[in-house]
Amino acid sequence: MSASSAFNDEKGGSSSVGEPEYGHDPASGGIFSSDYKRHDDLKEMLDSNKDALKLEAMKRIVAMIARGKNASDLFPAVVKNVACKNIEVKKLVYVYLVRYAEEQQDLALLSISTFQRGLKDPNQLIRASALRVLSSIRVTIIVPIMMLAIKEAASDMSPYVRKTAAHAIPKLYSLDPEQKDQLIEVIEKLLADKTTLVAGSVVMAFEEVCPERIDLIHKNYRKLCNLLIDVEEWGQVVIINMLTRYARTQFLNPNINESLLEEGGGGDKTFYCSDEDEDEDEEKEKQAEVSALAKRKPYVMDPDHRLLLRNTKPLLQSRNAAVVMAVAQLYFHLAPKAEVGVIAKALVRLLRSHSEVQFVVLQNVATMTIKRRGMFEPYLKSFYIRSTDPTQIKILKLEVLTNLANETNISTILREFQTYIKSMDKDFVAATIQAIGRCATNIGEVRDTCLNGLVQLLSNRDELVVAESVVVIKKLLQMQPEKHSDIIKHMAKLTDNIQVPMARASILWLIGEYCEHVPKIAPDVLRKMAKSFTNEEDIVKLQIINLAAKLYLTNSKQTKLLTQYVLNLAKYDQNYDIRDRARFIRQLIVPTEKSGALSKYAKKLFLALKPAPVLESPFKDRDHFQLGSLSHLLNAKAGGYQELPDWPESAPDPSVRNVEVKESVPEWTKCSSREKRKEKKVEKPFYSDSEGESGPTESADSEPDTGSGSESVSVSVESGSPSDSEESEESSESDEDEEEEEKEKKKKKKEIKQMQASESEQSSEDDRKRDRKIKEQKSNSESESDEDSESESSQSESSDTESEVEVKKKKKVSEPKPPSKPLKKEKKEMSLLDLDDFEPTPSPQVTPVNTFLSNSLVTDLEGLSLSDSVLSPATIAPSSALKNYELLHRITGEGLSVEYCFSRQAFSPDANMVAVQMHFTNNATSDTKNLHIEDVKLQSGMRVKEFAEIELLPAGEATTAVMGVDFCDSTQAANFQLCTHTRKFFVSIQPPVGELMRPVFLTENEFKKEQSQLMGMNEISENLTLDAKCRNEHAIVQRVTTAANLSRVPCGSDKECRFAGKTVTSGSLVLATVATKDEGAAQLTVNCEKMVIGTMLVKDLLLALTQ
Amino acid sequence: MIHSLFLVNASGDIFLEKHWKSVVSRSVCDYFFEAQERATEPENVPPVISTPHHYLISVLRHRIYFVAVIQSEVPPLFVIEFLHRVVDTFQDYFGVCTEAAIKDNVVVVYELLEEMLDNGFPLATESNILKELIKPPTILRTMVNTITGSTNVGEQLPTGQLSVVPWRRTGVKYTNNEAYFDVVEEIDAIIDKSGSTITAEIQGVIDACVKLTGMPDLTLSFMNPRLLDDVSFHPCVRFKRWEAERILSFIPPDGNFRLLSYHVSSQNLVAIPVYVKHNITFREGSSQGRFDLTLGPKQTMGKAVEAVLVSSQLPRGVLNANLNPSQGTYTFDPVTKLLTWDVGKINPQKLPSLKGTMSLQAGASKPDENPTINIQLKIQQMAISGLKVNRLDMYGEKYKPFKGIKYMTKAGKFQVRT
Repeated sequence: MSASSAFNDEKGGSSSVGEPEYGHDPASGGIFSSDYKRHDDLKEMLDSNKDALKLEAMKRIVAMIARGKNASDLFPAVVKNVACKNIEVKKLVYVYLVRYAEEQQDLALLSISTFQRGLKDPNQLIRASALRVLSSIRVTIIVPIMMLAIKEAASDMSPYVRKTAAHAIPKLYSLDPEQKDQLIEVIEKLLADKTTLVAGSVVMAFEEVCPERIDLIHKNYRKLCNLLIDVEEWGQVVIINMLTRYARTQFLNPNINESLLEEGGGGDKTFYCSDEDEDEDEEKEKQAEVSALAKRKPYVMDPDHRLLLRNTKPLLQSRNAAVVMAVAQLYFHLAPKAEVGVIAKALVRLLRSHSEVQFVVLQNVATMTIKRRGMFEPYLKSFYIRSTDPTQIKILKLEVLTNLANETNISTILREFQTYIKSMDKDFVAATIQAIGRCATNIGEVRDTCLNGLVQLLSNRDELVVAESVVVIKKLLQMQPEKHSDIIKHMAKLTDNIQVPMARASILWLIGEYCEHVPKIAPDVLRKMAKSFTNEEDIVKLQIINLAAKLYLTNSKQTKLLTQYVLNLAKYDQNYDIRDRARFIRQLIVPTEKSGALSKYAKKLFLALKPAPVLESPFKDRDHFQLGSLSHLLNAKAGGYQELPDWPESAPDPSVRNVEVKESVPEWTKCSSREKRKEKKVEKPFYSDSEGESGPTESADSEPDTGSGSESVSVSVESGSPSDSEESEESSESDEDEEEEEKEKKKKKKEIKQMQASESEQSSEDDRKRDRKIKEQKSNSESESDEDSESESSQSESSDTESEVEVKKKKKVSEPKPPSKPLKKEKKEMSLLDLDDFEPTPSPQVTPVNTFLSNSLVTDLEGLSLSDSVLSPATIAPSSALKNYELLHRITGEGLSVEYCFSRQAFSPDANMVAVQMHFTNNATSDTKNLHIEDVKLQSGMRVKEFAEIELLPAGEATTAVMGVDFCDSTQAANFQLCTHTRKFFVSIQPPVGELMRPVFLTENEFKKEQSQLMGMNEISENLTLDAKCRNEHAIVQRVTTAANLSRVPCGSDKECRFAGKTVTSGSLVLATVATKDEGAAQLTVNCEKMVIGTMLVKDLLLALTQ
Repeated sequence: MIHSLFLVNASGDIFLEKHWKSVVSRSVCDYFFEAQERATEPENVPPVISTPHHYLISVLRHRIYFVAVIQSEVPPLFVIEFLHRVVDTFQDYFGVCTEAAIKDNVVVVYELLEEMLDNGFPLATESNILKELIKPPTILRTMVNTITGSTNVGEQLPTGQLSVVPWRRTGVKYTNNEAYFDVVEEIDAIIDKSGSTITAEIQGVIDACVKLTGMPDLTLSFMNPRLLDDVSFHPCVRFKRWEAERILSFIPPDGNFRLLSYHVSSQNLVAIPVYVKHNITFREGSSQGRFDLTLGPKQTMGKAVEAVLVSSQLPRGVLNANLNPSQGTYTFDPVTKLLTWDVGKINPQKLPSLKGTMSLQAGASKPDENPTINIQLKIQQMAISGLKVNRLDMYGEKYKPFKGIKYMTKAGKFQVRT
């Protein structure tokens, strides 16, 4: 009862106070003043059967935990509620459980069965959360249970559960490192996962459990690279860092030859010349190391290396600073010098972020500027310091500015520094003075200017400034003391005023060191110092002794007594260092009988020429730590830091990254035995090849393309569904075919090819292989491009068989149809590409011209296609549809009738014209003579190429002629007069929009890529219901190609038909997609730069598909 | 990764702790307090502190230190970025991120932290997903909860995490469909003593508030996309599309989010909207200094300069200032020596000025440092770079949304050296 009354009281209290903004939260107020006696109430509330009370109690308990108060005595009462129905209570119990399970191991076991039940739940999210809590309970007894749960979850259907499994791995590992081997197995399995959801988490687990097992990455390398852009941002950071390490072990240094090149004729590389000077020594060493290697084999970047660089680059645009930094370090460590520059802009952008981010970024930029100064030079002004920056940021910016200073920009930088010196922030001013000193040492030209400036600072009112200047001047003077005796004199005077010990010590050291330049002043300074010796700081005392010793050696007449006085004072000093030093020096410089041979050399010892100090950046050599890492920031190895390995001298076998399809990967379609056989066959000659190194170079080059292509399409592809990857790979296959076929054509082997096509499937397959081998021998590069798609090897059998089925289907469809008419040649390819695997097809861009000219070839081919049932369906598709339009009716034409059609062939005299075939029939009783065109009236820009005059058309005869019209991509009619020897007829030709284009061949990827660029206004979509007769793919293809002169684009999905063409005049792409849905519903999408054409085409196609 | 999190307030009390792995004693924060003491200013506490067994990575926001404890190598930016994301989430949930707000909502905070990290590795940081899991507290919901006994924790399971667009929750419904975009540009500049510009650049952001039903696919195009030199996107933006056509194409998250931030290339000359005439002098020997400041509009394209606020850190030697503003009010804090002058709107006919004397410590020599003048201002309905949104289209949904675009120019880090 007491519990509920307390509860009510509180509620009343807080509502009367009224916290409109956050509302009433029972955890607030009272809880923070609660005392331990209330725990009894809490127990009672937890035991009650009202959820509200339980919740109330749990909230109070969580509030206690948050404050760091011990609530462990409530464990039994809380753990009972683990199976509570109320979600919030349950969640809070989980929070409690995870926090205290470690302390109450036995009791915690009570809850385990609840989670085990949860692991079997049909809902993936409940399975995941059960695993999450189960693995978070740090109780060693349940390790076997956890192991089992993780293993099971790792092969769960749901990627979300698999992700949770990946998260659980490091938890289990930290609980029991003995399980490592088993966990590695799970990691290996999860690494093969193809979903973006899992990728980040499993790499994280990999980094925690077995970062040394780099071999596990090989097979997954390319996949990780390709998935990277879609992984969530935190996972990206982890993956990029891991891949940086991986790349360092697997690829060659891309800058190996850089130095050689630049020394040879590096005129064009002026951008980096400036650091070349600095790095010269280093470069030379490196060069010597690698020159032998380099000479033997010119550096070719491994395509996988390139893949990584290319796929990470877009992430520089991430909103997450950690991702940007990760990419930046990857480029810094892995990219060729010329490409590293891209990261500068992104890093400079981060300087706008929170000061903590700035702090880390500036640290890294400071390291980078030492190695690659040129990169940040254009952004010099971004590092200018504002008075509102925190001091630590100011000092880092100063560091960067100093590193960036060179002959050309030093004057601006020094001017900036001048304003900084007036700052109110004294630490910053001191740092500025040191920066000036460093600029002066690095850049000879400004040394005097800097020195003068610093000397002026000596009269500054602020002692700190003066002191810092003295220290810096001392270092500068050491470089050329003889010129600056007046500065030394000036500084000698300062000893009266300056109190900062470091500065005093510096002045004394200077005077002692160069006492020969100031012979009169030096003894006087010593005299003054001797007077104040006892009051000086220790470092000053030491320098006084030094000064005395040096003067004694050079000018013993004047200073002997003073020296002895100083030494005597020092002998009784409190500090033992000083007593020691005094004793030592006395023995050394004052010759006595006891002193040995050493005193003869005293002068040499004390007044030896000392090398000038090098003012170095504290960031020098920090880059041996991986940039962006904690270790780099601290300049000390942090626990768990993985050393960034050096580049290997020769690249390990790149073939390890080639992926074979494994049965164990559920998402991948099974690989047919044929595929494997093929793979092996190709691999052999390939790797035994002497230039095997550069082989895969090209090979993977096309891979990222497929990756990027599919990415660009839309989010739906990003889901990484297996069908997509199949599609793209398939299309790359067809790519290859095209390529192949083109080469063939050049070799004029067309006929042979056609024959092959008519052969059985098996033999054509064999042929292909034979061909391939021949080509391999011919040129390496060709074979590589083949190898490329082989190595991907993901072309699935299923897709193969699919297309086979398709072919058969087509056979059936086609056979009853009449043989095709002439002129349809180029239409053939549209559906031919469906058969991509079986035979090469002539590509339209090459053929049309000659086909038109050489009729014989056309007929040849025609004959072939007629006899060849495989080819025929494609040929037929458009032919039946060639539509005739009337130009002149026989009545108006007084017996002469003219029809025209668009032959869809390239008009050979002018490629920009549409060929119009005219069919003249003389129905009159008399002959018609001198048929020709006159008085052409056209819209601006349009042109007409007339047909040659037809001298005689006898009565009852017919003839054809072809004229070309450039419609300028518009459907405006071409008006002209058709003249005979007696009459003139006004006629006009108006093209349907579908005839204003000609087919082009695109692969699926190209199509997607182009389509993605033609979005927005350039895309027109319409939903439609397909005509009942036109619900199969074939019919759609036929209708579309009839309505518009487009060619079919191969497509992996049977739900979509894609078509591509170009407008005849401007060559703008026209892309059409028909996506079919259930029950005849479909969506038609047309992408075209020319919106008018697009809209008209949509109309026409709609008509064609719905009627 | 992240082991534990401690929240420390300005007076150095730990008022919240959360552990994701084994419990780390709060005594680890002593190292942090040490560093805090050493630092003269609160923002000078190093973000990364190394202790014998742990590393402390901290951020300071809203006068609260968020101190993360980590044990082994991890990219420091990873942690810093995450901590900032935590603060942003709190702000999103509670409106403000203050000690009081966190204490009031300690349970929600705890639930959030629990969801955001799993074993120290970020799990759900998208506000859309989090809001699906844990409903932000509102008056109405609290009332309903107390009556019906329901909870803040979402009954639905976080389906968003499974979707291909994890930033957008599913099943969004609005009666009024609207999409607002704010183009906000900030001028960062350093102006010389003589009034010439040392460096000036424009940084801009496009913040969006999208309340649209279903799964809309938006495209936003610019009249002059070439102005944008360097951009960073919300993950929803399709990068390839931008690369190819300079069009922003995206499925937006629900609610408020930052669509992109950009930098206008430094080649373009930056219009500086105001000029400052200043005369701040200290005479040797006298305990008086003169202070004379006049503001005027410069290149504002005819728009009014509003909400002008001038602040300046005066030298330590200044005891007090006796000034006379022609408009607005000024304050001088004799402890921090911070002078602020709230000018308001600049009237081009009657330029605002602040004149008067400063009294210096008697006997002290004249300060040789010059104060810098920081200026804040706002110009409505104009993006100073000239960036213009061309059009906004929506695909994928049938309804007609209400669209709005607002431009604004602000002064970012705008400093005048004297």
